[in-house]
Amino acid sequence: MDLDPVLLSRIQFAFVVSFHAIFPVFTIGLASFIAFLETCAYASGNPLYTRLSKFWIKVFAVVFGMGVVSGIVMSFQFGTNWSNFSQATANFLGPVLSYEVVTAFFLEAAFLGILLFGRDRVPAGIYLFASFMVAIGTFISSFWILSANSWMHTPAGTVMENGMHQVVSWSEAIFNPSFWYRFTHMGLASFLTGGFVVASLSAWFLLKGREVEANRRALSMCLWLLLVIAPAQLWVGDLHGLNTLKHQPTKVAAMEGNWETSSNVPLLLFAWPDQQAQTNHWEVGIPGLASLILKHDTDGVVPGVSAVPREEQPPVAIVFWSFRVMVGLGMLMIAFAIAGLLLRPGGRYWRSRWFLKGLVPMGVAPFVAVLAGWFVTEIGRAPWLVYGQMTQAEGVTPSLTGGMALFTLIGYIVVYALVFTSGLYYLGRLFESGVEDAGHDSDLDQEEVERAKRPFSAAHVPLEHEGGRA
Amino acid sequence: MEPFDLTLIWAGIIAFGVIMYVLMDGFDLGVGILFPLAPDEESRDLMMNSVAPVWDGNETWLVLGGAGLLAAFPMVYSIMLPALYLGVFLMLSGLIFRGIAFEFRFKANRSRYLWNIAFAGGSTLAAFAQGMVVGKYIEGINTANGVYVGGPLDFVTPFTLLTGLGLVAGYALLGSTWTIMKTEGTTQAWARRMARPLLMIVLAVFGVISLWTPFVDEAVYERWFSNLHLIWVLPALALFFAWRIWHGVTHKREGSPFVATMGLFVFTYLGLLVSKWPYVVPPEITLYDAASAWESQLFLLLGLLFVIPIVLTYTAWTYWVFRGKVRAGDGYH
Ligand code: HDD
Ligand code: HEM
Ligand code: HEM
Repeated sequence: MDLDPVLLSRIQFAFVVSFHAIFPVFTIGLASFIAFLETCAYASGNPLYTRLSKFWIKVFAVVFGMGVVSGIVMSFQFGTNWSNFSQATANFLGPVLSYEVVTAFFLEAAFLGILLFGRDRVPAGIYLFASFMVAIGTFISSFWILSANSWMHTPAGTVMENGMHQVVSWSEAIFNPSFWYRFTHMGLASFLTGGFVVASLSAWFLLKGREVEANRRALSMCLWLLLVIAPAQLWVGDLHGLNTLKHQPTKVAAMEGNWETSSNVPLLLFAWPDQQAQTNHWEVGIPGLASLILKHDTDGVVPGVSAVPREEQPPVAIVFWSFRVMVGLGMLMIAFAIAGLLLRPGGRYWRSRWFLKGLVPMGVAPFVAVLAGWFVTEIGRAPWLVYGQMTQAEGVTPSLTGGMALFTLIGYIVVYALVFTSGLYYLGRLFESGVEDAGHDSDLDQEEVERAKRPFSAAHVPLEHEGGRA
Repeated sequence: MEPFDLTLIWAGIIAFGVIMYVLMDGFDLGVGILFPLAPDEESRDLMMNSVAPVWDGNETWLVLGGAGLLAAFPMVYSIMLPALYLGVFLMLSGLIFRGIAFEFRFKANRSRYLWNIAFAGGSTLAAFAQGMVVGKYIEGINTANGVYVGGPLDFVTPFTLLTGLGLVAGYALLGSTWTIMKTEGTTQAWARRMARPLLMIVLAVFGVISLWTPFVDEAVYERWFSNLHLIWVLPALALFFAWRIWHGVTHKREGSPFVATMGLFVFTYLGLLVSKWPYVVPPEITLYDAASAWESQLFLLLGLLFVIPIVLTYTAWTYWVFRGKVRAGDGYH
């Protein structure tokens, strides 16, 4: 069998970046939530907020740690598997990706230590400031990385010279045409992730009757937040899609499952795209709605996938279904946010067991939606690496053989599986220990501040269950 | 025309980053390499505690080096990484395992021995892979038109295996002299016993490398045996520091063996750079061939000028806070 290094490298990149992305989307949202809790604690002096914040800082520490470990792998992926691409785009991507790393670096050096270990050692105002800086820092980090990624989708501000992109305008290249849509969409996605994870865990604690007062408050705050941002995501997502229609029409055609350029295109709720036959099976759709959404007119002309030759078409089925998963979950999130509002009278939002039981599994929904979204974006870009300028086959490392790519792909899967099951297992232990514990270990904190300035050590929960002492 | 030579400045920054990484991650990897040989579990606790507060700061230099290379010398990045494809994978896996072991070993009870294995194995693997990188760099890399054209296992040669071993021994030496400085009693006595044999291995490997390279590489021979006599100062200083290590260990000094080991590394490293200058991907590609556009180098430099001093200050501060001996009971259990 012939192993295709391009395909395997794509799978490998998708695997490692998906893995990495899970952690930052959560930490970005969570960092802002922590800054918010600290603000409440500072303004009201209510120890409840401090307790909540202490608990979520521990969770933050572990997730941040995993983000860093998986991020280190990312910074070598471009060189090992996409060396031609790295060489060609280095004048722009090199500095931009470095700024991402430098930001994270700077953050860790300066403010993370204070947030994790400095509560009783620095004045309250400075502690609050540090919590804001960490939150802002995570946004600066995603600013750079999303700028890099958006440039690959909608390249601007550069010209090709001697086989390399030369930057002629930094501002056009950094703020390229899809940047602000992607940045906003991703920012909201991070808030949705933070919001739903906190809501889900608070609901779980409430179902068990643990720390009712604190968790009720956390849940209430989350529901207010979600009520604003879940619908906002729909709006921004729509704008994002319209912008993509302008720059990458084939991707939108794949998202809609539309093969032939035509007017009065239905919005498909279900279909089985068949790349071979260039058509769909078992279509169920709402007539004219896709035209209406994309062109604001039921007779609007929507581009079709067949407009480009087959070798320039993305795999339609994956794009089509990932898009439906993401949007479907987005709708479900809106439903939960509205239900939370309707259940406000009489505090039913925290008493009603069916609502809480429904919220618990919603903790994973944003992660699935985020990955589905990235699949739409990235797979819908195929076969281009830099849209319209460099294909994946041109960007791949020339010396790379299929066997090597397969070997490291399996290797990364094994390493990640081992390491991150430990991490997730530990996170589970932290969740079990709950908000109660967070209030009680301040002596321990005191004793340990001097020592470790590293993420994980901010959490003191043992790895195994009690009684495991050998 | 560019007002000043940024490529040279960037070469300095990257070279500085590399040696910072080698010295700092070197001693904590070395502690990991020595882990299985430690006399008892308490010594292991002490050793791990001595590097726990600083190791991940040490590792950030690697990330910065990788990203900086892409930004300033993309051709080095896009040739070296494919050429060392499997080596890079092994190194990263090693670093991941030991990074996680740091965090979980102290929280684990039943599974502690597993984390010991992960820590020692990961450290040794990462060090060995880095040693092979150095070896491949010395041997030279097979390129055509700025692209790597060799096979996947080209980086495995008797020479790179030797340099892999050399770096493992070198890091272990750094680790042992660090342990001498940071501990007392049985642990310190054990580290003293380790230091001299390790030094012998390191000198033997360095010796073989120094004799070998001038004869496989004409350019290196030229460099050393032409009329540039001044550069012989570098190996002379390296040997001087080797003697200082021996002397310090014999006379039971606390800090001087570690300082001398750093000196040995620095001057060996400078000797290596001098041998290859101005080639960044020997035998053909120079600094200037591999550089990115002037504007791109400038764009990133502005940010780094701001961040590097802060990181250095923070690093110095951390080492200051954690100065002195680590003692039993100090650790987090
Ligand atoms: C919590 C996560 C989340 C949620 C609820 C949604 N999205 Fe999303 N979506 C993302 C997370 C995401 C993402 C991970 O952030 C992506 C991938 C790349 C990007 O820029 O954003 C994305 C991409 C993405 C794209 C592709 C953009 C491109 O071509 O580059 C479109 C058109 C939408 N989204 C539209 C929507 C709509 C109409 C939603 C309706 C509710 C929606 N998204 C909810
Ligand atoms: C090609 C993709 C990516 C690369 C090469 C990459 C690289 C890295 C690296 C090297 C680190 C660790 C820095 C350190 O040592 O502290 C890191 C952490 C981080 N990354 Fe990425 N990253 C990528 C994708 C993303 C994306 C898509 C986001 C979010 C939008 C993101 C946001 C962050 C954040 C916030 C951190 C800080 C650690 C954390 O919060 O877990 N990165 N990344
Ligand atoms: C963070 C979440 C991300 C996810 C889940 C994701 C997912 C994917 C997937 C599924 C592919 C395979 C596409 C295909 O098979 O056609 C891919 C490819 C790729 N992505 Fe992403 N991506 C993410 C972010 C990024 C970022 C931030 C960058 C760059 C800055 C990036 C650059 C690439 C590159 C270079 C490839 C390989 C070439 C290609 O197939 O297009 N991705 N990604």
